[in-house]
Amino acid sequence: MLADHCPLTAVREILESNKTHNTKLWNQLANMGLLGAAIPEKYGGTNMNMLELCVIAEELGRALAPVPFSSSIYVAAETLKATQNENAKKHWLPKLASGEAIGTFAFSEKAGAPTFANTNTAFDGHKLSGTKMPVPDGMSANFVITTAKNKKDQAVIILADANTPNVKRQNVRTIDPSRKYATITFHDAPAEILAEGDKAEEMMDRILNRSAVLFAFEQLGGADAALEMAQTYARERFAFGRPIGSFQAIKHKLANIYVKNQLARSNCYYAAMTLGSQEESADLAIAAATARISASDAFIFAAQENVQTHGGIGFTWESDCQLFYRRARTLSLVIGAQRRWKERLVRLLEMKNVA
Amino acid sequence: MHLNDTPQEAAFRKKVRDFLNQNAKPKDADNLKAARAETRESEADGLARAKKWQKKKAAAGYAAITWPKDYGGMGGTAIQSVIYNQEEAKYHLPRGYFEIGLGMCIPTLIAYADKETLTRYVKPALYGEEIWCQLFSEPAAGSDVAGIRSRVKRDGDDWILNGQKVWTSGAHFSDYGIIVARSDPDQPKHRGLTFFFLDMHAPGVEVRPIKQMSGGSNFNEVFFNDVRIPDSQRLGEVGEGWKVALTTLMNERLAVGMGESADAGDLLEIARDLETENGPAVKDAHIRAKIAEWYAESQGLKYTKMRTLTALSKGETPGPESSIIKIVSARKMQDIGAFAMEMQDMAGVVSDGELSPFGAAFQQQWIWAAGFRIAGGTDEILRNIVAERVLGMPADIRVDKAKPFRDLPTGR
Ligand SMILES: Cc1cc2nc3c(=O)[nH]c(=O)nc-3n(C[C@H](O)[C@H](O)[C@H](O)COP(=O)(O)OP(=O)(O)OC[C@H]3O[C@@H](n4cnc5c(N)ncnc54)[C@H](O)[C@@H]3O)c2cc1C
Repeated sequence: MLADHCPLTAVREILESNKTHNTKLWNQLANMGLLGAAIPEKYGGTNMNMLELCVIAEELGRALAPVPFSSSIYVAAETLKATQNENAKKHWLPKLASGEAIGTFAFSEKAGAPTFANTNTAFDGHKLSGTKMPVPDGMSANFVITTAKNKKDQAVIILADANTPNVKRQNVRTIDPSRKYATITFHDAPAEILAEGDKAEEMMDRILNRSAVLFAFEQLGGADAALEMAQTYARERFAFGRPIGSFQAIKHKLANIYVKNQLARSNCYYAAMTLGSQEESADLAIAAATARISASDAFIFAAQENVQTHGGIGFTWESDCQLFYRRARTLSLVIGAQRRWKERLVRLLEMKNVA
Repeated sequence: MHLNDTPQEAAFRKKVRDFLNQNAKPKDADNLKAARAETRESEADGLARAKKWQKKKAAAGYAAITWPKDYGGMGGTAIQSVIYNQEEAKYHLPRGYFEIGLGMCIPTLIAYADKETLTRYVKPALYGEEIWCQLFSEPAAGSDVAGIRSRVKRDGDDWILNGQKVWTSGAHFSDYGIIVARSDPDQPKHRGLTFFFLDMHAPGVEVRPIKQMSGGSNFNEVFFNDVRIPDSQRLGEVGEGWKVALTTLMNERLAVGMGESADAGDLLEIARDLETENGPAVKDAHIRAKIAEWYAESQGLKYTKMRTLTALSKGETPGPESSIIKIVSARKMQDIGAFAMEMQDMAGVVSDGELSPFGAAFQQQWIWAAGFRIAGGTDEILRNIVAERVLGMPADIRVDKAKPFRDLPTGR
């Protein structure tokens, strides 16, 4: 389906325009029931399972699909599934499943690692104030899940409707305009709590763990597609009277990409198993961070060396190499940089050793 | 190693400083952050400013310090040239318009052209009145420069040129270009080439800008449709274009500059401004280790250049050590850009100069570095050169050297 409806020309169309995403593809994903794949039937989904979602993520990654799937499903829907705020669940989950609404998350406020401690966004019990930047899919989202502090200076995770006069948004230029970002400012915006205090910290862990696995699958799909592009070119392009793929420098480059992709694939599969198991597995956090680290590494490397394999043509606007180069970097930062995930992984390993 | 100025060098440095102080604005601080605070200007404005500056510089003798006086040079030493560049780097001055011409094209002319030609072309190039570009690469000839297909045919006192070049930096503002073209496709590839310089405004020359991954257009496709080149513009013998091209390429390795890119010091600076999840980024051991690694690489490059300089100052031929410079610097540029984006975390994606630290310099550097790893010899080709020419490893077995050019297999 994605091969037919989401060629790289569709990605480029978003890259070169002000459109937020490919609405046709988005509607198709909705019609096929793929948006609600991991949403319980009670809330309008088809409740297949998380493995299904991993497969979808990999295919979206392979196609560099310009749709808000990750924000709306990996993060917003997975967060809502865990909240005790039944009203929010009932209101938004069916809309996410049908594609009628797009949800997103807004954790970052400025350059540097965003934490509950350094957030300047405040929630007074009813209203939210502060500025978040950059927010993925922030221009098209109907609601935003954000981090903030309450009056007691505790961590809170908040849901705010994005379509009220108290919410202002502006497009932000990024390294990958095939996925749009925004700056969102809340001025006493009506909002509701999804989790508070320790529960908010727990929910943030859950958001990071679960979305990390799904993003890792998306990255894996992208890494494989970049490798295929480089392989094809290396067979067809001639220099010195022979295909460039006959040079060991290029062979080893492609083999090195393959090695990273396979390590990432294996780590992704294991993470998917921990994600798929019924009760929240204790291994999930470690497996998720591991998959995230190796899939980020694989996609970044594959995309970068795909440009290099193409030589001069790889550095042109016209070439699709740039689409991978941009997306690989964006995905590696979207739920926190590699550095932060490495730090997190070792902290988890330390805790496990103590226990 | 040559680290301190001799009294003569110190005197020269002072002279240079006086000249620069009178004519240019010093940078407030020697870093990227300050440089980025400068207002951005269009290419046309930059070019006009660059031409004005080049004229002053040439009149003072600094445009070609090492060239003989006959050609408008200063007849100075390589060390003086380095001293000048070190000092000039401390000022806000336009760069990037004359490097190819003065670094590669004119030196090739000096090696092969007659006196009359030199009298006509060298001075206007030095004074920034005429700009030159390098027309080597073609769609099917990049790393394999000798795979050139552009054809020249003799016609009386002229040659007729047809074909296409690609990736020609600055062709859109250049007045002249140096070009290698195939004069005899029945010869093996290295033997059927002839070298010329040509007027970029001649009838039949068409320059089309290519949009780069970075969004801008600094390089071009250049098409030739029955372009007439007088035989007097031939450099070297007919069929010996490859030999001439090697002269240019040797100069290329000396001329390739990385421009101003962020380095370890800039990372330290941005680390002071940013926070990690555990506190100030500058206190983070991983970040500190990375800064240290790149500092060591940068210093290694700096002192490698000094070693070359020392050899030059003693009148010796520099060793092959300088061939590592581009291999290290292009990749370092890419990695530093990426790592600074990592430090910026989720906001590392932002490329809007108003919102991103250092005016998004790191994001731009990360994009540009992808091209620098390819321009002027790819990472892979440069490693082959080190292995074969420096370390004495046997060359790749060649399938394309003996057969007539027209019989060689081609891909896309
Ligand atoms: C920003 C920029 C500016 C440029 N400016 C100019 C200019 O002003 N004038 C000009 O003439 N050219 C210019 N070039 C062209 C540049 O010199 C070529 O792009 C470069 O030499 C590579 O050639 P190619 O693009 O044909 O790639 P290819 O030669 O097709 O290379 C494709 C891949 O194969 C690899 N490869 C090729 N041969 C071998 C081998 N023997 N062993 C191992 N690996 C190999 C390469 O490393 C690369 O990864 C510019 C390029 C760029 C990116």
